[in-house]
Amino acid sequence: MADLSIDFAGIKSPNPFWLASGPLTNSGAQVSRAFELGWGGAVWKTLGEPVVNVYSRYGGMDYRGAKITGLNNIELITDRPLEENLKEIREVKKRFPGHAVIASLMVETREQWREIIKQVEDAGCDGIELNFGCPHGMCERGMGSAVGQEPKVLSEITGWTKEFAAIPVLVKLTPNIGNIVEPGIAAVRGKADGISLINTIKSIVGVDLDRFTPYPYVGGRSTNGGYCGPAVKPIALHMVGSLAREKEITIPISGIGGVSDWRDAAEFILMGASSVQVCTAAMHYGFRIIEEMLEGLSDYMDSKGFRTIADFVGKGARNFVEWGDLNLNYRIAAEISKDLCIGCQLCYVACNDGGHQCIHLDGPGGRVPRVEQEDCIGCNLCSLVCPVPGCITMKEIDTGKPYMNWKEFQKSLARA
Amino acid sequence: MKAKTLDILPEERLENSIPDQKPVFSEMQALAEAHRCFYCYDAPCTAACPTRINVPEFIRKISTGNYKGSARTILSSNIFGLSCAKVCPVEVLCAGACVYHGTHQEPIQIGRLQAFSVQWAYDRDVQFFGKGAPTGKKVALIGGGPASLSCAFELAKLGHEPVVFEKGRFPGGLNTIGVAPYKLHSHVSLREIERVLKIGIEIRPGVVGEDVSLDELEKSFDALFLGVGLGDDSRLGIPGEDLSGCWGALALIEKIKIGKEFSPSSLAHAVILGGGNTAIDAARELAKLGVPRVTLAYRRSEAQMTGYAHEVAWARREGVFFSFLVSPVAILGKDRATGVRFVRMKLGEPDGTGRPKAVPSPGTEFEMDADAVVFGTGQEKRTAFLEKIPGLKLKGGLVDVDDEGRTSKSNYFAGGDCISGGKEVVNAVAEGKRAASSIDLYLNGGRN
Ligand SMILES: Cc1cc2nc3c(=O)[nH]c(=O)nc-3n(C[C@H](O)[C@H](O)[C@H](O)COP(=O)(O)OP(=O)(O)OC[C@H]3O[C@@H](n4cnc5c(N)ncnc54)[C@H](O)[C@@H]3O)c2cc1C
Ligand SMILES: Cc1cc2nc3c(=O)[nH]c(=O)nc-3n(C[C@H](O)[C@H](O)[C@H](O)COP(=O)(O)O)c2cc1C
Ligand code: SF4
Repeated sequence: MADLSIDFAGIKSPNPFWLASGPLTNSGAQVSRAFELGWGGAVWKTLGEPVVNVYSRYGGMDYRGAKITGLNNIELITDRPLEENLKEIREVKKRFPGHAVIASLMVETREQWREIIKQVEDAGCDGIELNFGCPHGMCERGMGSAVGQEPKVLSEITGWTKEFAAIPVLVKLTPNIGNIVEPGIAAVRGKADGISLINTIKSIVGVDLDRFTPYPYVGGRSTNGGYCGPAVKPIALHMVGSLAREKEITIPISGIGGVSDWRDAAEFILMGASSVQVCTAAMHYGFRIIEEMLEGLSDYMDSKGFRTIADFVGKGARNFVEWGDLNLNYRIAAEISKDLCIGCQLCYVACNDGGHQCIHLDGPGGRVPRVEQEDCIGCNLCSLVCPVPGCITMKEIDTGKPYMNWKEFQKSLARA
Repeated sequence: MKAKTLDILPEERLENSIPDQKPVFSEMQALAEAHRCFYCYDAPCTAACPTRINVPEFIRKISTGNYKGSARTILSSNIFGLSCAKVCPVEVLCAGACVYHGTHQEPIQIGRLQAFSVQWAYDRDVQFFGKGAPTGKKVALIGGGPASLSCAFELAKLGHEPVVFEKGRFPGGLNTIGVAPYKLHSHVSLREIERVLKIGIEIRPGVVGEDVSLDELEKSFDALFLGVGLGDDSRLGIPGEDLSGCWGALALIEKIKIGKEFSPSSLAHAVILGGGNTAIDAARELAKLGVPRVTLAYRRSEAQMTGYAHEVAWARREGVFFSFLVSPVAILGKDRATGVRFVRMKLGEPDGTGRPKAVPSPGTEFEMDADAVVFGTGQEKRTAFLEKIPGLKLKGGLVDVDDEGRTSKSNYFAGGDCISGGKEVVNAVAEGKRAASSIDLYLNGGRN
């Protein structure tokens, strides 16, 4: 059986699954319940100066009957008194000494940082996470993503916190930026012990067609919110992978964004995450989803022969390269299984209208389309639209030619 | 005890010609259905399952591609996960409780999803559970049906040594030789049982009470479990019922399941007597085997049938004709049955079961041609056997047990049809499991 326990920048956790800072980690009772069910750690709902929230906070992105493929929120940091949070953190750590409790923090001045770090350390936290990511409300006050978007400021504030903190400091990044590597390197330069990403993406989730107002509706108005949930996973995976392959990023990464089941977690780990954080999926279905995640990840590791999480952190990021490094002589073509095809012809229309017109309906007898493999550019589109698992496969074609990337191709052109 | 072995299942069986009514889902079907599940919290389907399988969890695992974990979730609650998936009347159990009913949409096909996951694991020979550290305690289980086997499995997991005594040709009781072939073929039951036995359960052929005495068992075992089920078909005591061409429903079904000597193709009209699920099963099986006319005759009206409404609906679709408020008075014929004399009935005052009594209307007798008459009128209880156990309290011919499967004798436990009078396989499995915990407590010197 695989060993799921991790040591993340000195923060020990029985498994790599942490609850992300948010509504799930708003109180000691919630975090205790989550730990009982198997969660390895929790990043407490961001602590800071008192705030007031509005009524109606979330909007959902549904797609063809699937609820919450994405979630949008305009919630601020905790609206509970700091004293209460600290008391509950202390109680949770006492009951669950082996689990990871990380305090997410967001304040402004150096003094405030000094004070709040001391308080959460006294409460027994295993680490702190600097919330430089919140893209709504707090950034208007010069905090959250306002910091995450300014690498210099980010580095400086991280530096302060490292002066004050004895426990590991993680920096949580915002994805609302051109190149994620810049704030990532800034965090390393500020001497952070780890990086968490992504926080939510600036968004408007939909518009009420009768009240002419975006969602979520707050008394006739709305505001931009932060987008998260399954829909943001591809963006998050890219950002995690981009940091993981960057030489200057030498500190561990906590992967966040759309993690909903064991497969997502495994993907984040392969792209370079040493722990994963979950928010939307557990908001949707409850803490109980952890059972499936732990079991699925453990079975996956056993099936691949990975004994520990470290055995496969970043294994996929190594194959994540620039376009110019891809092999131009690698070729594939679509193949349709006559036995599995149900004759929906979705592949035909997709290739004909949006591909390269190489699927034809002239097959003898019946609705099974035919691929003209000579013309096929191997784009995958038909296999992606096909509703039947395993029906359209992309078959490798041996070109007999050696590996050649774009740069080499350019050189060969110049020679010719 | 004579050294006997259990039989080998004949390759050619009548049941082979009856196809599976709910074939195992393809991956595509399973995924589509799993994605429909809402993953309810404190789910009514789980509460409706006698073995409390965590249904939403195993379905969620299908939807995340974690088929192995899905099978683990199922089998950790119910070691007959495949049989139950296929034979459970899900319409009145898990799927009957599905919240989709509240939206007037089809409930989740829980049985078929369950069969998908368990079959996936069986195809890959995944073994989830092992024998516990040996405790040195031996338990005899009388009867090799689902109740005893589920009890034996739990005991083996806890490290005890279970020995199952079975008098029939095959293990599995009615799960092997009784349930309708369109739900489960006998070889599928036997294959699942082979997996159950692998944990380390010994089966000894022989009749307890004849080949081996209860005294002997009490001496050499630390505890005993009664899982003897019910007995043979009961008859009505009407003239002509022993003529050739008259069958007990169970005896007939057993012929269909594991034999081939019975020949349905020569029959013109089969009349099935009774209103329960066994009668409906017999009628549907004969219809599927090609008997041109099949009539189910019941003495009360449709509303009072104990057979499930969904089964009645299936039977009608398959061409079974229902005749209500008629009661057989005699079977006609010289050396073999040629018909049934019925009397018409009226509904009267409620009886002990709360259903209206059926009372004959004098002067309404009539005759119906039939070349096969099947008695689906109930199973005998094993009272004669049970009465021989000194100090064992019975209740209406069934073993009297408390909420934890304990009998009036401290070293005897019981479960399955011999305590319930006839429920479902899944109840037998649940009761076997429950008794195993009580036996474990007893063997560890706990309260009893
Ligand atoms: C026709 C029919 C169809 C059914 N269809 C379904 C269905 O579709 N779905 C469903 O869930 N349930 C169905 N059932 C009910 C289900 O089969 C039973 O509830 C279940 O098998 C009971 O399990 P058990 O272990 O208590 O008893 P049984 O299955 O009856 O097993 C008892 C075993 O004990 C053995 N035995 C008895 N006495 C002795 C002795 N003295 N020594 C040694 N061995 C002995 C018997 O040979 C038998 O193998 C059906 C029942 C019948 C009769
Ligand atoms: C309602 C809500 C409130 C959140 N509050 C915080 C917060 O206080 N601090 C923080 O760092 N991130 C907060 N987040 C962001 C999450 O921690 C996480 O980064 C993001 O939701 C992406 O993960 P997911 O796709 O699993 O939801 C919040 C998210 C949601 C949905
Ligand atoms: S989930 Fe519903 S009931 Fe609960 S706080 Fe939100 S709006 Fe209120």
